[in-house]
Amino acid sequence: MIEHLIPILVGTLGAATPLVFAGLGELVTEKTGVVNLGVEGMMLIGAIAAFAAAVGTEGNLAVGLIAGAIAGAAASLPFGILTLSLGANQAASGLALTIFGLGLSAFIGQSFVSYSLSGVKPIAIPLLSKIPVLGPVFFNQDIVVYLSFVTFGLVAWTLAKTRLGLILRAVGESPEAAHSIGYPVTAIRYGAVLFGGAMAGIAGAYLSVIYTPLWVQNMTAGRGWIAVALVVFATWKPARLMLGAYLFGGVTILQLHAQGFGVAIPPQFLSALPYLATIVVLVLISRDRKLLQLNLPASLGKPFIAGG
Amino acid sequence: MPLLEPRANPSRVMKWAAPLIAIVLMLLVGAVLFASLHVSPLKAFYVFFIEPLETSNGWSELVLKASPLILIAEGLAPGFRARIYNIGAEGQLLMGAICASGVAIYANGSEAGWVLPAMVIAGAMGGAIWGAIPAWLKTHFNAEETLTTLMLTYIATLFLSWLVSVPWRDPDGSNFPQSIMFSDASLFTLLFDGLRINTSVFITMVAVLIFWVFISRSYTAFQVAVGGEAPAAARYAGFSARKTVWLSLVVSGLTAGIAGAGEVAGPVGQLTLSLSPGYGYAAIIVAWVGRLHPLGIVLSGFLMAMIYIGGDAGQVSLQLPSAITGLFQGLLLFFLLGADAFVNYRLKRRRPHLHKELHEDKPQQTPKAAPEVAT
Repeated sequence: MIEHLIPILVGTLGAATPLVFAGLGELVTEKTGVVNLGVEGMMLIGAIAAFAAAVGTEGNLAVGLIAGAIAGAAASLPFGILTLSLGANQAASGLALTIFGLGLSAFIGQSFVSYSLSGVKPIAIPLLSKIPVLGPVFFNQDIVVYLSFVTFGLVAWTLAKTRLGLILRAVGESPEAAHSIGYPVTAIRYGAVLFGGAMAGIAGAYLSVIYTPLWVQNMTAGRGWIAVALVVFATWKPARLMLGAYLFGGVTILQLHAQGFGVAIPPQFLSALPYLATIVVLVLISRDRKLLQLNLPASLGKPFIAGG
Repeated sequence: MPLLEPRANPSRVMKWAAPLIAIVLMLLVGAVLFASLHVSPLKAFYVFFIEPLETSNGWSELVLKASPLILIAEGLAPGFRARIYNIGAEGQLLMGAICASGVAIYANGSEAGWVLPAMVIAGAMGGAIWGAIPAWLKTHFNAEETLTTLMLTYIATLFLSWLVSVPWRDPDGSNFPQSIMFSDASLFTLLFDGLRINTSVFITMVAVLIFWVFISRSYTAFQVAVGGEAPAAARYAGFSARKTVWLSLVVSGLTAGIAGAGEVAGPVGQLTLSLSPGYGYAAIIVAWVGRLHPLGIVLSGFLMAMIYIGGDAGQVSLQLPSAITGLFQGLLLFFLLGADAFVNYRLKRRRPHLHKELHEDKPQQTPKAAPEVAT
């Protein structure tokens, strides 16, 4: 039994890693009061940029990840300009970013369709990887999975314990108050949007350079939107976001294994499970309006133009 | 240093100039893009936007593509006015196509006159139900319609994929994931011999008229608009937010479903995986570029159809990547949203103390000037 479980759990972490990065990025963005629905588009742009960079450097992973992060951040910039400097509607601007990202990545990707990368080998952490069950699941993973643990720690610690975290939250709770005591609200929100873009870019890079590792048009297949839903599910708390991401990773992997075990359910129905699960968790969390109100950054979605 | 200051009243001129500015900017970026691909921009624009319209077939294709885009965007616009963001029209279109195809497949061989109307009604119902689910999730569980409509689109795509691979796959179709070709009784009548344009465009024309009347006279339209722009005022006036959500999503699902039926009973002629080139997403842009106005949407629908046709033509005669269509769509919406900022804001003037001598400003604009605390 346990022999079957371990590969499933190992796969769960891999499938969850893009959601962890993209979700943490969006969480920080939303903490400052900005909803960016362009995660899917930024992930795709990150994915193709990383893939192109990795192919160009004969599979250099670090170059790929950095290219993904830079491309993701660059992609978030037009969204930032529209919503933060020009006061545009955040939902519409995010949607524009997703449509643009889909088009741009497909456009660039057309010359990369026939390439493939070799992926990366897992790195076993000495001693820790020898722990039964937990060892092979958590400590025999590829380096980017470890990086996702570190990123989670840093984001959770920064938001909860540091002055920067306090400022980010203050901007999200009351931009007027933050502005009046001298914080550059717009600049801070730009920072959070760029961070969200870079994280989405890394999430896309993980998909195209390590997870698949191929370029396929529209390869994110809704993961960016699931990441946005996860932030709501997590009620803007990093630890719950991790939980949600692993839950979704699990659903994705179970679906693949079920096909392998010859479960007599059409593969399309199994593939629909993550999307169905997204609706279910959204419903479960959103129905508790009080819980949402309590945790929701108060200025979420509302434009703020200093002096406006 | 903020660059913008609010206008006292939204600019009506900018509201209609913004789409034109966006189109010009899109074309400028397009020219740079073409040049970077070593294609002369003038030649590319000719191939994209002029050559396709030199033949009657080109015009037929233009109307055939504009029709579903306009139909879906008309349905989306009232909801967008109320800030109900149905971004899953693509899924509602697919469900409409699926339900219409169900009728065609089970009526296969029948030449009865009821088949086509039944397909259109089934398509409308399929789309409306796919729109009603997020409405129910929103009104009963407070779930964001942006995310639920989109998730339902992925589910509809997978459902379609299963249908055309297993139960509805054409047994003589050499294993391609597609249904049988529909018989004549299941297809809209062609308007001209040799052209693909068919009678389904009349549905779109009627829809435009209905929405135009609905927007310009109807109390419900006012209610939908107020519900979005001033929820508190809407409640005070006794309007129901729930009704707005239901109306917006069911109506947009309905039109998208009819558009889906129009595709399988029209140019596609069967149920396939590739029955829509993203009309449901493109229609969102069409609605915004058309200023959420029933007649504006007609113009922007034709513009979007030209981008589709131009993309196809560019691929055939200039070997440009087909993804260029999606790129243009994204750019258009980006530039539109940017230009839209100037409907409600204007550039801050550099020397505010010269205000009065230089410009005849309305007095209520000055007290809004910012107390400069931080930069």
